[in-house]
Amino acid sequence: MSNVPSDLKYAKSHEWVKTSPDGHALVGITDYAQTSLGDITYVQLPKVGTALKAGETFGVVESVKAASDVYAPVSGVVLEVNKALDSNPEKVNQSPYSDGWMLKLKLTAPGSESGLMSADDYTKSIG
Amino acid sequence: MVDFAGWDMPVQYRSILEEHKAVRQRAGLFDVSHMGEAAVRGPEALRFLQHLVTNDCTKLFPGRVLYTVMCYPHGGVVDDLLVYMRGDGDYLLCINAGNIDKDLAWMQEQVKGFDCTVIDRSPEFAQLAVQGPNAMALVKTLSQVDVGAIKYYHFGEGDVAGVRCLISRTGYTGEDGVELYCPTAAGPRLAEALLAAGVPFGLELAGLGARDSLRLEAGFPLYGHEITDQISPLAAGLGWVVKWDKGAFIGADALKAEKERGSPRKIVYFKTGDRRIVRAETPVLNAAGASVGRVVSGTLSPILNEAIGSALVETGAAAAPLSVDIRGSRMNLQLVKPPFVPLKKS
Repeated sequence: MSNVPSDLKYAKSHEWVKTSPDGHALVGITDYAQTSLGDITYVQLPKVGTALKAGETFGVVESVKAASDVYAPVSGVVLEVNKALDSNPEKVNQSPYSDGWMLKLKLTAPGSESGLMSADDYTKSIG
Repeated sequence: MVDFAGWDMPVQYRSILEEHKAVRQRAGLFDVSHMGEAAVRGPEALRFLQHLVTNDCTKLFPGRVLYTVMCYPHGGVVDDLLVYMRGDGDYLLCINAGNIDKDLAWMQEQVKGFDCTVIDRSPEFAQLAVQGPNAMALVKTLSQVDVGAIKYYHFGEGDVAGVRCLISRTGYTGEDGVELYCPTAAGPRLAEALLAAGVPFGLELAGLGARDSLRLEAGFPLYGHEITDQISPLAAGLGWVVKWDKGAFIGADALKAEKERGSPRKIVYFKTGDRRIVRAETPVLNAAGASVGRVVSGTLSPILNEAIGSALVETGAAAAPLSVDIRGSRMNLQLVKPPFVPLKKS
């Protein structure tokens, strides 16, 4: 069974978003996604300052099996990327919802994340 | 699980990287029952094999194994295989799963006129590979056979965990170990006995993913990648399995001509110093950015922690710097003579 924390929002493309009241959001990929990809060997992330539109590719997650695009679940400007993944991409496997986070965004339209899936809906979608 | 030549095969049990390291550091158990087996028997079995394959089967004696390829008349490879000599006029071939039908058809065609038979025995055999520095110590605990006395590329026959096996001191990982051929029905029992006895030896189940990264790290070719019907053994760096002085064999003329002219393309092995995997079919570029070949195998070496691979390139281009483009970044290929890691074969 995949771990799907109830306090996050989810995109169909298997990214999660955690918003905070200051209009910032953390983004990563789900436990289901990391399990499906297998051993993650490389994570390519955008430059700080990049403006991302919801649904747009923000990087590539590579595993031994394949290289997969990852998509911005919400629109925003990249405030920070998880530099630790450069040398330790396996953190995405080990801890997809905390140490394996990928982006910190300043949301273009706070509240837009409400259009994403709840944990229950996401759990059903990967059922 | 993936479909591999019609078999449901696990790519990984736990983690490709962890399974790979377990084999290099301790021991791994691979279910390779998909591999094909063919029996070649009869008074002219040796004469037929000498005609069929490029290596010299007269070097075999009962208990000896030979690695070889069989070629088409144009020099391309039908398959690579192991030849086991069990006795006079009694040989067993181990062939690739994906090539069983093609190989059998090819051999049936070639065997006409020889006083011997070729019979597909693939359904009768399960095959388990136990590989890694602890592999021999583990197998010893389950067998009365003096498995340590079986030398590299030799085999014996006897019981392992009460299951009658052909015990072959061979493998596809570059590590010490054995490949055990047993009756299909006994395969699960043998696997369970090995897993149970393997606990103190750090034995782990290893899947197709680790099998591929281990063989590439060791510099072993995989049919369909480094060798194909369009890539000769000479181009693949397997000139050592082509014996010119053994007499005529299928493909000899084409291979001799290629040897004299030089192969127009050849397989090279590379590493990049970067973790981004350079995947099969990626174009290989020269300094001017023109394509001079393509990658045929690529993975991350879990031991070197960098991308490694092989490519088929124009021979003339291989002496100059080569690179690939990975999502807009130019990455230089550092050519390496494999193995990529030191190996401790017996």
